[in-house]
Amino acid sequence: MSGSLLTLAMGQYVPGDSAVHRVDPRFKLATSFAYAIGLFLVGGWPGLSLMAIGLAGLFVAGGLPARYVGRGLRPLLVLIAFTFLVQALSLPGKALVTVGPFSITREGLDQGGFLTFRLALLLLSSVVLTATTSPVSLTDALEWFLRPLARVGVPAYEIALMVTIALRYIPTLLREADDLLRAQRARGVDLSVRNPWRLAQGVMPLVVPLFVLSFRHADDLAVAMASRCYHGGRGRTRYRELRAGLRDVVGLGVAAGWLGLALSAGRWWGP
Amino acid sequence: MEPAAVDIVDLHFSYPDGTPALCGVNLRVQAGESVAVIGPNGAGKSTLLLHLNGILRGQGQVCIFGVRVQDGTLREIRRRVGVVFQDPDDQLFLTSVAQDVAFGPSNMRLSEEEIARRVHESLAAVDMQAFGDRAAHHLSFGQKKRVATATVLSMQPDLLVLDEPSANLDPRARRQLVRILRGLPVTKIIVTHDLPYAYEICERAVILSGGRVAADGPIDDILGDGELLDSHDLELPYGFAVAGARS
Ligand SMILES: Nc1ncnc2c1ncn2[C@@H]1O[C@H](COP(=O)(O)OP(=O)(O)O)[C@@H](O)[C@H]1O
Ligand SMILES: [Mg+2]
Repeated sequence: MSGSLLTLAMGQYVPGDSAVHRVDPRFKLATSFAYAIGLFLVGGWPGLSLMAIGLAGLFVAGGLPARYVGRGLRPLLVLIAFTFLVQALSLPGKALVTVGPFSITREGLDQGGFLTFRLALLLLSSVVLTATTSPVSLTDALEWFLRPLARVGVPAYEIALMVTIALRYIPTLLREADDLLRAQRARGVDLSVRNPWRLAQGVMPLVVPLFVLSFRHADDLAVAMASRCYHGGRGRTRYRELRAGLRDVVGLGVAAGWLGLALSAGRWWGP
Repeated sequence: MEPAAVDIVDLHFSYPDGTPALCGVNLRVQAGESVAVIGPNGAGKSTLLLHLNGILRGQGQVCIFGVRVQDGTLREIRRRVGVVFQDPDDQLFLTSVAQDVAFGPSNMRLSEEEIARRVHESLAAVDMQAFGDRAAHHLSFGQKKRVATATVLSMQPDLLVLDEPSANLDPRARRQLVRILRGLPVTKIIVTHDLPYAYEICERAVILSGGRVAADGPIDDILGDGELLDSHDLELPYGFAVAGARS
């Protein structure tokens, strides 16, 4: 259990030194965002194909193994299949196959395929982002985008720090929950019962110590931070301040151009 | 005369639940010394350590290099006193080793170049320079312990305080840490109930027992006194002889 949750929580960063890895994380975050919006604005297959090609290019340039496609889609495979089926079956039009009351129409296939493909591209674009950007860089980028808000009193650094610490403690707490669970089982607590009352009785001894442990971590963490002169985000020096280079700007330009092309593709090829 | 690194006078402290943890501690440590604070579990060692950088504040007086620990001096005190806690997991909370090592210096408003230099130097001091970009939670316990030490070294403290540095270390990691600690040219206070470990690093030992200093002297004398150790539930491992054990 913890294995899959862990990869989910920590993302799937693949350390590397490719051009995609090295692009400024702020640009990557912004591009991913624009890409997601673009996916919903793009009108037809030509545009969507262009977006798919662009993403495939990044996938290859980032040196990501092909199995990441499957891995990225797996968590939502059911949703994707469901979207496809509902669309394929529900749209009126020229029936291709009829089974009982259901018929698969040509329009349904087309529309279902389009929506499914779009969803898949959305998932895969997040795979490219998290696989080529370390969690540190991502939180750095997040903090940078929050920084203007710091002027109106939003604690941007603290928010980024909080996200970092939350990510950092997920595996720790999962491991401790696992340990507790084992200890409870050894003492005869049965979590496989159906009766909700009995289940609650079994879960409580797990939840309470987990809370206690979390507070202890928080306490120790606060002491460790204070001992290292932490006194809020104000007046800290940033270690490894993000700096955009010419390469980043060029990369962003290419991505923007490609997106624009995809969005206007419908005009040239017709819908 | 140079002020003492640590000067504690009649320090009392009870936890909010009423547990008395320190009952009149007096301790003076000169700059450059390496002192072991030994004692049984619950003797108040960790509590004493938390007073050295003002995390806990009891009645009595604590001065660090002549500066009294009080509200206005905490920042200065915490810059000069580096504390390495027992559990490295709660000291490494950022996503990469280098970020963790940079945390203290960043809070000290050093320049970015200076921080980078210190990260590099501190990681080198604990033989972890190859691990800067790694996530700390993938490291072995011994490696985490070394990184936790580096996170404090990067602040270039004048006094280094370690709580149970040898706890849970395997023999090799233990030796590595001894070598590293012995090579650091700062004043050291090592809190432990691991007597051979204390013996390898320190020349002076203080027995803390029931919240009081029960004995204080050259470590050979203290560890050589079986009766004294016995009366404070301390014990040398079988076959450990004080004379000549230091390598
Ligand atoms: N957070 C706390 N709240 C209440 N009592 C505590 C707390 N921490 C420690 N104590 C008590 O204070 C005494 C000294 O503990 P401590 O300084 O941790 O000893 P040592 O580190 O020598 O094992 C013990 O009796 C312990 O139970
Ligand atoms: Mg202790």
